[in-house]
Amino acid sequence: MKALRNYLDKIKPNFEEGGKLHAFRSVFEGFESFLFVPNTTAKSGTHIHDAIDSKRIMIIVVIALLPALLFGMYNVGYQHYLAAGLDGTFWQLFGYGFLAVLPKILVSYIVGLGIEFIVAQWKKEEIQEGFLVSGILIPMIVPVECPLWMLAIATAFSVIFAKEVFGGTGMNVFNVALITRAFLFFAYPASMSGDAVWVAKDSIFGLGKSLDAVTVATPLGQAATTHLPEFNWDMVTGLIPGSIGETSVIAIAIGAAILLLTGVASWKTMLSVFVGGGLTAWLFNVAGPDTNIANMPWYEHLVLGGFCFGAVFMATDPVTSARTETGKYIYGFLIGVIAIIIRVLNPGYPEGMMLAILFMNVFAPLIDYYVVQSNIKKRMKRLTVNK
Amino acid sequence: MSQLLSKKNKEALFTPIGKNNPVTVQVLGICSALAVTSKLEPAIVMGLSVTVITAFSNLVISFIRKTIPNRIRIIVQLVVVAALVTVVSEVLKAFAYDVSVQLSVYVGLIITNCILMGRLEAYAMSNGPWSSFLDGIGNGLGYAKILIIVAFFRELLGSGTLLGFKVIPDAFYAAGYANNGLMLMPPMALIILACLIWYQRARNKDLQEK
Repeated sequence: MKALRNYLDKIKPNFEEGGKLHAFRSVFEGFESFLFVPNTTAKSGTHIHDAIDSKRIMIIVVIALLPALLFGMYNVGYQHYLAAGLDGTFWQLFGYGFLAVLPKILVSYIVGLGIEFIVAQWKKEEIQEGFLVSGILIPMIVPVECPLWMLAIATAFSVIFAKEVFGGTGMNVFNVALITRAFLFFAYPASMSGDAVWVAKDSIFGLGKSLDAVTVATPLGQAATTHLPEFNWDMVTGLIPGSIGETSVIAIAIGAAILLLTGVASWKTMLSVFVGGGLTAWLFNVAGPDTNIANMPWYEHLVLGGFCFGAVFMATDPVTSARTETGKYIYGFLIGVIAIIIRVLNPGYPEGMMLAILFMNVFAPLIDYYVVQSNIKKRMKRLTVNK
Repeated sequence: MSQLLSKKNKEALFTPIGKNNPVTVQVLGICSALAVTSKLEPAIVMGLSVTVITAFSNLVISFIRKTIPNRIRIIVQLVVVAALVTVVSEVLKAFAYDVSVQLSVYVGLIITNCILMGRLEAYAMSNGPWSSFLDGIGNGLGYAKILIIVAFFRELLGSGTLLGFKVIPDAFYAAGYANNGLMLMPPMALIILACLIWYQRARNKDLQEK
């Protein structure tokens, strides 16, 4: 550690104004503050410093995402070997999935961080760290067969238009990773939905074998088109086709536990998403239209598709969710309700979580405004009663 | 001749095309810019129709500007515009039926285009016929220019064609390229328009708020 610190101090002058590597100032600064908590302090006004800063928070979220990511890699291999009719050891399956997913992670980080570095250099600001989390979320919420160039375009689009134009990290109205997915979903529907994109088709470095069109529908896709899938425990462990990181409820639960124990995400938002979704799905069970997806039991709705993933990692995004404590309940509850309504009532979108969260992102400031106003009103009333 | 293209008239003709564009600077006529720009051909026809209508309505109103009672001027302007819109719409139906079907209601809705009423109120009511006519042409062409740029990108990236001709080679599709479906939806028109506004404001420092 000491040696690293000394090395950084030694090369630092190169990046200062007038140094020969000045063009890479923001890159250096980004890495330096990523490795070591910066020792600069505020120079004026009141300042209370927590020991943790936003880079450390981002890293906790990335750690919380790892179980779901690793399981997603294993599942990619599992689905491929299943479709190919091959037997493989655990490490073959995982290795195949790792090699299939790794390029997506690289593309997402290179494109996203590249744009962030350029913008930071151009505006003479520090690198903003928000993309650390978005960059790993993006490959986790796309199907494994989504081409890399589409991923690159979508990532660039959402970093520029959903984040930088609003003023960068912390200023965005919409969740950046979800905008990437929404862009892909509407721009290239053939590569993002349907039943031909969920299983990797190629053989990678001798692992697996090349397949012609494999058609495997996700359980939600089946419910929207053909028949209602029976509940089984694969839906909980995650050995079902789906976007890379979203299938395993158990891996997501581990991530949720990490986020809640460290206090990074709010349990209020998370819980109320599940309550809202469960209640709505139950209402459709009892009094809904007689379609497959409306008859899907409420607990199945909650474990399938991106519901868990969205509730744990997307809805709780501190930037785009409601910030008042009461507001978090309302915000989360409505996400659950809208996600299930979209799933059930619009057969064109078997997955409603993405649209529900993006939709509620718009309303989060409004919810906060009314929560604050009602609090003011309540206290005003108390004031006049006591007089 | 020098009087026909005096400095003032030149300004009336050219500033709306560039520096004081009705769409990117005054942000008028956005609805039709979103609606008709998914293909290049209807966008060109729409731009030309609006140019003809702004030019001639400006001319007519400018001729009679001193006789219009101030209280009913909006109604008089609307009658003139409506008459011209009807003429253009009938001409399109007669000579370019396919395009007029694609444009559907948006030809009729030119009457509600803010650029038209804006130019009549702001320019034709207080300037002579010839410079009003030039002002109308300038604003119409400024509008057409933006429509054509937006439609160019939307048709190229959304359908892989330009004016209906295939421009993206089949080899691209074979290599895995796919058309961007989002380009055919109105939100993308708004984003392209926003980029044009962004570009123009970045170029002209005096358009930026302090």
